[in-house]
Amino acid sequence: MAVEKEYKVIGTRPIRHDGVDKVTGRALYGADYQAAGLLHGRVLRSPHAHARIKSINTSRAEAYPGVKAVVTAADLTASQDKIVDLGEGAVNLKFMCDNILAREKALYKGHAVAAVAALNGHIAEEALELIDVEYEVLPSAIEVRAAMQDDAPLVHEDMKTDEMGKQSENSSNIASHFQHKKGDIEKGFAEADVVIEHDYVTGTVHQGYIEPHNASAVYNADGEITIWCSTQGAFNARGQVAEILQHPVSKVKVVPMEIGGGFGGKISVYLEPLAALLSKKSGRPVKVLMSREDVFESTGPTPASYVRVKIGATNDGRITAAEAYIAFEAGAYPGSPVGAAAMCVFSPYKIENGFIDAYDVLVNKAKTNAYRAPGSTNVAFATETIIDEICEKIGMDPIEFRLLNSAKEGDSRVDGPVFPRIGFIETVEAAKDHPHYSAPLEGKHKGRGTATGFWPNFAFKSSVSINVNPDGTISLVEGSTDIGGSRASIAMQAAEVLGISAESVHPTVVDTNSVGYTDVTGGSHTTYTTGLAAYEAAQDVKSQMIERAAKLWEVDAKEIEFADGIFRYVNGKEEEIDFKGLAEKLGQTGGPLMGRASVAPSGAGSSIGTHIVDVEVDVDTGKVEILRYTATQDAGKAIHPSYVEGQIQGGAVQGIGWALNEEYIFNEDGQMTNASFLDYRMPTSYDLPMIDAVIVEVPHPGHPFGVRGVGETPIVAPPAAIANAIYDAVGVRLTELPMSPERVLKALGKI
Amino acid sequence: MRAFEYTSPKTVSEAADLLAEKGDLARVLAGGTDLIVQVREGKRHLERIVDIKDIPEANVLSYDPQAGLHLGSAVPCYKIYGDKAISAAFPALADSTHIIGGTAIQGRAAVGGNLCNASPAADTIPALIVLEATCIIAGTNGTREIPVEQFCTAPGITVLQNGEFLESLKVPAPKSNSSSFYLRFIPRNEMDIAVVGAGASVVLDDAKESIVSARIALAAVAPTPLFAEEASVLLAGRAASDESAIEEAAEAAKTIARPISDMRGSAEQRVHLVGVLTKRALNGAIQRVKES
Ligand SMILES: Cc1cc2nc3c(=O)[nH]c(=O)nc-3n(C[C@H](O)[C@H](O)[C@H](O)COP(=O)(O)OP(=O)(O)OC[C@H]3O[C@@H](n4cnc5c(N)ncnc54)[C@H](O)[C@@H]3O)c2cc1C
Repeated sequence: MAVEKEYKVIGTRPIRHDGVDKVTGRALYGADYQAAGLLHGRVLRSPHAHARIKSINTSRAEAYPGVKAVVTAADLTASQDKIVDLGEGAVNLKFMCDNILAREKALYKGHAVAAVAALNGHIAEEALELIDVEYEVLPSAIEVRAAMQDDAPLVHEDMKTDEMGKQSENSSNIASHFQHKKGDIEKGFAEADVVIEHDYVTGTVHQGYIEPHNASAVYNADGEITIWCSTQGAFNARGQVAEILQHPVSKVKVVPMEIGGGFGGKISVYLEPLAALLSKKSGRPVKVLMSREDVFESTGPTPASYVRVKIGATNDGRITAAEAYIAFEAGAYPGSPVGAAAMCVFSPYKIENGFIDAYDVLVNKAKTNAYRAPGSTNVAFATETIIDEICEKIGMDPIEFRLLNSAKEGDSRVDGPVFPRIGFIETVEAAKDHPHYSAPLEGKHKGRGTATGFWPNFAFKSSVSINVNPDGTISLVEGSTDIGGSRASIAMQAAEVLGISAESVHPTVVDTNSVGYTDVTGGSHTTYTTGLAAYEAAQDVKSQMIERAAKLWEVDAKEIEFADGIFRYVNGKEEEIDFKGLAEKLGQTGGPLMGRASVAPSGAGSSIGTHIVDVEVDVDTGKVEILRYTATQDAGKAIHPSYVEGQIQGGAVQGIGWALNEEYIFNEDGQMTNASFLDYRMPTSYDLPMIDAVIVEVPHPGHPFGVRGVGETPIVAPPAAIANAIYDAVGVRLTELPMSPERVLKALGKI
Repeated sequence: MRAFEYTSPKTVSEAADLLAEKGDLARVLAGGTDLIVQVREGKRHLERIVDIKDIPEANVLSYDPQAGLHLGSAVPCYKIYGDKAISAAFPALADSTHIIGGTAIQGRAAVGGNLCNASPAADTIPALIVLEATCIIAGTNGTREIPVEQFCTAPGITVLQNGEFLESLKVPAPKSNSSSFYLRFIPRNEMDIAVVGAGASVVLDDAKESIVSARIALAAVAPTPLFAEEASVLLAGRAASDESAIEEAAEAAKTIARPISDMRGSAEQRVHLVGVLTKRALNGAIQRVKES
């Protein structure tokens, strides 16, 4: 249970353990992999959004000098429909395999069709042009509402709708449809004085990590496969590769390299099975890299969506009913985050009467994937702007409205779960008390907006082992790839338990043969779950160390106390020794000492954030400038405050990008026309003010230090907060993301 | 990317010969910020690259208040906006060279390269048009000159014939009571290509009250950057403070815009922006004269 207490290490800001390697360029990322005889792989991708593959002829490519192997779907074991659970939810094996290499049909532009390994990348690229693919181009479904129509082109001819567990009779692009109901929605709306309802449309958005996907593989003659890649989860990648290649999981070893960002997009494998297949065929190590265009077109962005939300409230500001229709583009295979969207759409408000109607819809686009609080941003844009409008109608400050309607411990969400202790009120109060909220905002076309974002957070599984070194330091071995400074936050939790400094911990992220099973770095679980494993492993070390001290002093271990890094025996003869002193004596007290823990906790603590933004709108060009930005968020307990702030700032920035300019632009044939960082407009430092991150700490009762994951929540509020600020500035409500200059001009009636 | 031959001739005639020999399969390399990207992405297949950075004529940068500016085609952007006298004499050129890419790009990217790449959205071309620049084209048979507004003929295509390349540009010295301005609209504040670009130059009378002459040029609203001649002409004789004159010029500029809709912006957004940016460019240039 969380106790308010003074910590020595937790809450401080030591230099991250991987910092020197990264700033000196020594850290090894996936693309840095080298080996004698290394071949370079490239992937041939479908130029069409939807096409039947009539034939593939690779003979010209195979004969091209320098080409060592070519693979197509024919090299993958034809897979059946089979549901496999890889820790992050169940997936259909056939879909997973078909996404690696298209079999009967190419389902999106960029869908992999074949791969080549050659002496260098240039030869491999040349060889791709020599692969003859005969396509029969099919009409494509490229927008969610159109794809839901009965006469829409079918992405999968035999796809039936999963209607809350029952299969539909007819084929449809609607892969699943589900509902959540709470209370009496009609009665709720009847009690309302104000009812606001709008349609919202959001575009496809990419995580935009700086490092493109990569994978290198060695397929040994004895069937042992080793893969080096950039992944959010080595075990998860191992599981996927084993399933896709129908290979024993124990014969696949995944070595996670340093990762240049993932945000949810580096959970699915794309290149790993191809590298392994090419290595098997060529008998040599193979490295496969994506270009930026490949990353945009062929990995999993977060879905475009159509959302309709209706909220009723009384004149004194109480929500009486809330209803949502949520349709998400899954991409070419089922599995959009519409389920998560349904968890988030009305959380964290106290809703007595609610109804959620949700659809997972197939379209001819790359299969979508997780992206920071997947699904929540799309729906918060609707709910949080409607709340702003209700407040305007009833003349209430939106901050007060949120305080009045906030869910508290014991309240249930519309989708069922009952809230444990959450920090909604505290983040709203932190926003209200922040000088930004009351600062005057002078000048024409300037406005201020607020919004709240919610993410439930997840609890997965993690393992940590700790070796005590003779110099009083510990080596901490973990399986969580470090995307956002988690090595430091995990090391600090072990250091706190053992009363040593953060610098005395040497954390290493290792391969799948070298640590216990650990889930992906995702769901905002790492500092929570892997931190918990580190805490437990350190407790294991601590109790073993106590036994060693007992041996040393020839006393009963029960009578030894450990506090502030000192082991003490107080009964009669006074003995004390610090961690370092005892570590030096391990040899004489029984030899090496190692602690370990594997944990699978339930119930992560949800994290909530409330944001304030000031904007200025250029009413002639439609451009929105972010003048000031403040983000408050409940971190439970900030282990390393700099990395919590970094997460809050990074998430807010990605939310700002989503709000203003980021989107996939498709032509009518379903081809993306802006697959580059030039035209997929992520904000640069010139587009942003300093994001003021305010950490709120409402400890999570399920973690010894009170940690709540913080990585995902901060992306949720920005689009709604900015939309509300734009309204305050120029009096128009935008309901489509991004709120690009052109859309602002249209809303203003200028074009 | 296919293998190609890299050459770095020391003279204009050597360069012309190297180009003539390979025709379309040879290309000039100035800063390479367009060319290298195009070759690496497989958008151009070349057999020979002719680096002109060792040719003295392509590297001249001289300014004289009477003779004007002589600008070698390989001179990078930072040298232009970094030169106080040149920036003061040709503010539109300073404006445009300062916004191409970022600092790293400006260290390499040349105005000559920007012009020869012939993008409809090229930032320096409207500036060169309003400053009445002349292109000096070298070839196997000597040199020829043409006004910059005639240089680009279609996206990526120029008047350059086989064996020819742009040696340098000449910009006449600024008249008294004149100034210029270039701006573009981009959704972000950096690292974007113009959705629309507009340049303007104005010459005011000695009292700085009325417009003697003006030139307006536009980018990203037609297959090539445009000289908005009619819009320019109608300003002659109008008061510099006459907002309706500026408005009329902006409307006239809109009539010659024939943009496409693409991922960077829609046609109607672009036409609207022509009006907005033309006004801002003209007012910016007038303001600069008044402040000078
Ligand atoms: C990150 C990035 C950002 C950019 N941002 C902008 C921007 O904001 N605005 C903008 O307008 N452009 C931008 N560009 C494009 C490019 O930087 C400019 O067009 C630049 O001015 C090109 O000059 P260069 O010297 O690098 O040309 P190069 O790449 O060397 O050449 C460009 C083309 O012109 C030809 N060429 C060059 N010199 C001659 C010559 N003397 N005679 C005949 N042919 C010649 C080449 O063969 C090639 O086809 C950007 C590019 C990048 C990579």
